[in-house]
Amino acid sequence: MTTADQLAAHGLDLRYGDRLVVGGLDLTLPGGAVTAIVGPNACGKSTLLRGLSRLLAPAAGRVTLDGADIHRMSARALALRMGLLPQQPVTPEAITVEALVRLGRYPHQRLLSPWSAADQRAVDEALERTGTAGLRDHPVDQLSGGQRQRAWIALALAQDTELLLLDEPTTFLDLRHQLDVLDLVAALHAEAGRTVVMVLHDLGQAARYADHMVVLKDGRLAATGAPADVLDADLVKSVFDVDCRVIPDPETGTPLVIPKAGAVRHSAVSA
Amino acid sequence: MTATHQGVPTTGAPFRAVRHLPLFLAGLAALALCVAASLALGARSVSPSTVADALFGDAHGRDALVVTGLRLPRTVIGLAVGAALGVAGAVAQAVTRNPLASPTTLGINAGAAFAVVVAIFALKLDSPAQYVWFACAGAAGAALLAQAMARRAGDIDPVRLALGGTVLQLVLLSWTSAVMLMDQRTLDDARFWLAGSVSGRSLDVLLPVLPALVLGLVIALALSPALNALALGDDTAQSLGVPVARIRLAGGVAVVLLAGAAVAVAGPVAFIGLAAPHLVRPLLGGDHRLLLPGCLIAGPLLLLAADVLGRLVIRPSELEVGIVTAFLGAPLLALLARKVTR
Repeated sequence: MTTADQLAAHGLDLRYGDRLVVGGLDLTLPGGAVTAIVGPNACGKSTLLRGLSRLLAPAAGRVTLDGADIHRMSARALALRMGLLPQQPVTPEAITVEALVRLGRYPHQRLLSPWSAADQRAVDEALERTGTAGLRDHPVDQLSGGQRQRAWIALALAQDTELLLLDEPTTFLDLRHQLDVLDLVAALHAEAGRTVVMVLHDLGQAARYADHMVVLKDGRLAATGAPADVLDADLVKSVFDVDCRVIPDPETGTPLVIPKAGAVRHSAVSA
Repeated sequence: MTATHQGVPTTGAPFRAVRHLPLFLAGLAALALCVAASLALGARSVSPSTVADALFGDAHGRDALVVTGLRLPRTVIGLAVGAALGVAGAVAQAVTRNPLASPTTLGINAGAAFAVVVAIFALKLDSPAQYVWFACAGAAGAALLAQAMARRAGDIDPVRLALGGTVLQLVLLSWTSAVMLMDQRTLDDARFWLAGSVSGRSLDVLLPVLPALVLGLVIALALSPALNALALGDDTAQSLGVPVARIRLAGGVAVVLLAGAAVAVAGPVAFIGLAAPHLVRPLLGGDHRLLLPGCLIAGPLLLLAADVLGRLVIRPSELEVGIVTAFLGAPLLALLARKVTR
């Protein structure tokens, strides 16, 4: 099956200075699917997302979108196809939700072209979809964490790209808001057919919400495929160094990781 | 603030510009008042009716001569220098994403001044028309140095960048003094210019720097949509299709051209670039498509107000505008630094 919006890495090396963070990665992310990138801390998840989105130039190898090298595209051409929500975006002082979301239309505008009806429609739709329409005149820096995250997602939606990259969209959110954000992502995929790639921390959430999983360990690919095929006790042991059982999620049937009691830290075992 | 009601007209771009029209008009009216005050007030105050007569050629007395020969050029130069510094400050703050950035606090004005004094000393220059490219070169050097110093500290901390720039400024000022002391002629030529003043210059001085000034303004205004995206952080800006490095470079060029032109004409006038954006932002918000035109009004407004104040405080003598702005600007910097670190 050849689908559009297929992002792929070919022999990808990503470095920060001298440090090789991601090495020799060959990877294809299916178009039209939700992909979750998971792995332990400092395994290169966020670095990989930066490499896939052109924020970080590869030290070796290529990243392609439908076969074309993204580093050979113009910034604007790529921005029309791929949106990104960084982990900690900068919120300008006193900017309102609508003003923030309007900036998502940046790649669609030319210097002297006026704000079009299509631009406004995209903004309104993004606000509606993320449930932030009622907040459009509120300053973003006065919103709660969950509302703020939805406003930022609305910006990425207003950009109106087929491909959306999210770097740990649920960090710093409580459970309710984590689920809100993930449900929103699932709805985007289901209703608008967008391709989503997100870095996630929680394996259970990744298994629930993703069609495709990429498991990294020490900057190398540990496993990739559908959560049900990939996620088992051996993988969790080898990647996260956690002894566990993997059982079907009673709600969804997707794999659920249950750490074994007392075995996580040997020193913590009681007599 | 209450939630928005359904059915409120969506705030499209044209609507937004119209909404701010009264504020722009009020700003222009205030600026017109300052221009009038600048033409009328000074060691020898002239009545408004005489000013009008002098401007439209119906009066030829001593008062009229003061107005057309001295105060008119002084006011026009003040408008140009204020506009350049105000916009330069707004662009500097946007490019560094630092509310403390300005031509003064990044050492850019001091760099321009140092280069000019060296040129006066070494090349025997004696007119602001010749200063402009040296001023721009010095401004560029200082801007690069301030950036490099801040970057070495890893993540650019706003207070640290301003502090580094201020240190750079002090070093450059001391070097400037050293160069001036080497040679009596340099001292005489540069001392008056270096205090930062718009008086005693004819309009001929403005003409040669006009290309740099206009080019800087055009670049700055053309950048304003990209500066809005840049405010969201480098990562977001890049993913919105902003070529971040190129925009930052272009912004730096605009700041250098504007500050260089301003310094060449008037010497280093402190804090206009810092204050103007902070004056405009509470009124018009952070959208650079409004902020930059706003600073185009606020910069000259502040500069002319300071210049007129300098003429009134120790009459019949007067303070150079650079001294007035430094006096008023230093507490402002302290205030802003407190706000930023909080």
